[in-house]
Amino acid sequence: MRGAFLALLRRDFLLAYRRRAELLQPLVFLLVVVTLFPLGVGPSPQLLANIAPGVIWIAALLATVLPLDSLFRSDFEDGTLEQMALSGQPLALIALARTVAHWLVSGLPIVLMSPLLAMWMNLPDEGVPVLLKSLAIGTPVLSLVGAIGGALTVSLKRGGQLLSLLVFPLYVPLLILATSAVSAAVAGLPYGGQLGLMLAGMIGALTLAPFATAAALKLSLS
Amino acid sequence: MLSVSELSFERYFERVFEPVSFEVSAGSLLLVTGANGCGKTTLLRVLAGLLEPSEGELNCRQQPLYAGHNPAIKDDLSVTENIRFMMNFMGTRGNQDQTALCQQVIDKVGLSPVAQQEGRTLSAGQRKRCSLSRLLFCAESLWLLDEPYSNLDPEGIALLDSIMSAHLNAGGACVLTTHGSLRPEGFALQECLLISGRAQNEWTTT
Repeated sequence: MRGAFLALLRRDFLLAYRRRAELLQPLVFLLVVVTLFPLGVGPSPQLLANIAPGVIWIAALLATVLPLDSLFRSDFEDGTLEQMALSGQPLALIALARTVAHWLVSGLPIVLMSPLLAMWMNLPDEGVPVLLKSLAIGTPVLSLVGAIGGALTVSLKRGGQLLSLLVFPLYVPLLILATSAVSAAVAGLPYGGQLGLMLAGMIGALTLAPFATAAALKLSLS
Repeated sequence: MLSVSELSFERYFERVFEPVSFEVSAGSLLLVTGANGCGKTTLLRVLAGLLEPSEGELNCRQQPLYAGHNPAIKDDLSVTENIRFMMNFMGTRGNQDQTALCQQVIDKVGLSPVAQQEGRTLSAGQRKRCSLSRLLFCAESLWLLDEPYSNLDPEGIALLDSIMSAHLNAGGACVLTTHGSLRPEGFALQECLLISGRAQNEWTTT
């Protein structure tokens, strides 16, 4: 079972490496969205600092959802998913491996890039570590929950819009907690509660989401 | 190894094929024939466990190997990488060294000239050979092959027949579909003619 998990992970990294250009798209998208905000709302440093947590988080959310549509699609279309489902390996394991690979190639770069974005948006220094932490805890949840949507819409020809409609409502609590934690840190207030709740959400998603994804994949395959 | 009684499958409340019964024992080959659209692929997908039968009983002692129309080859990976992934993920028979085994398998199916080429550059016949290469290392003893002869050249067909006869002699079993023009040569086989549920209805009303 461990061998199959690692084999799938290795294959996904190789595929991601072969399609490097596709990999950069969400990151460039994130940078462009964040860059557009000062142009749209005006370059006042105080205003930017106030909206920074929300802007960065929403941009990160959109950038994570962007590649979700293709998470299972190519495997579905070329028959690999079918073969993996029949291989006797649990579908939840396959779902988890795909999700982990998705997070490592699309979520982790967002976390690492966030201090740069925070600087662009004039976020005060006290907020930066908390923003980093909130993204480190939050982006895995985005991938895990998003994978359920990706699995549900994989058999549809154009499932992208439906996927966003399905998963965005589920991201709402995360968005509220994350932005409130960063704002609290900037204001010098305690923010441990919000991060704690997010961590609980991540553990919940990590243990439950792969099974929901597996059930959705099973539905899409029949 | 596989026994089926009065098995049928319905899609949108309409039978895809009329109920079938058969038994496949070790060392035997079942040929499923019928016109296009009579439900051969659907029957195989039901046998593989991808679809739930609507009626009837399906007894299968172990997970069969299913090779369908989709070759399950990644366009961005080379032939070697594709085969290595299949070996790592689905497992192999015995405990041979995988690098050597992979080389053997590629030589056997005649893909050594294109072993380092990406999947997207393969012709339809080469794709078929690549997906059938699994038959050489898989551990499953019951094979469900959907139109295995399509796109293969005469040499490929002879190769597939030799792989199948080795498998049957070793106590394996095989169910394969064909629409009639190409049939396995020199095998003792059972044949199951599949009749589409809809065609049956039309015949009875006219």
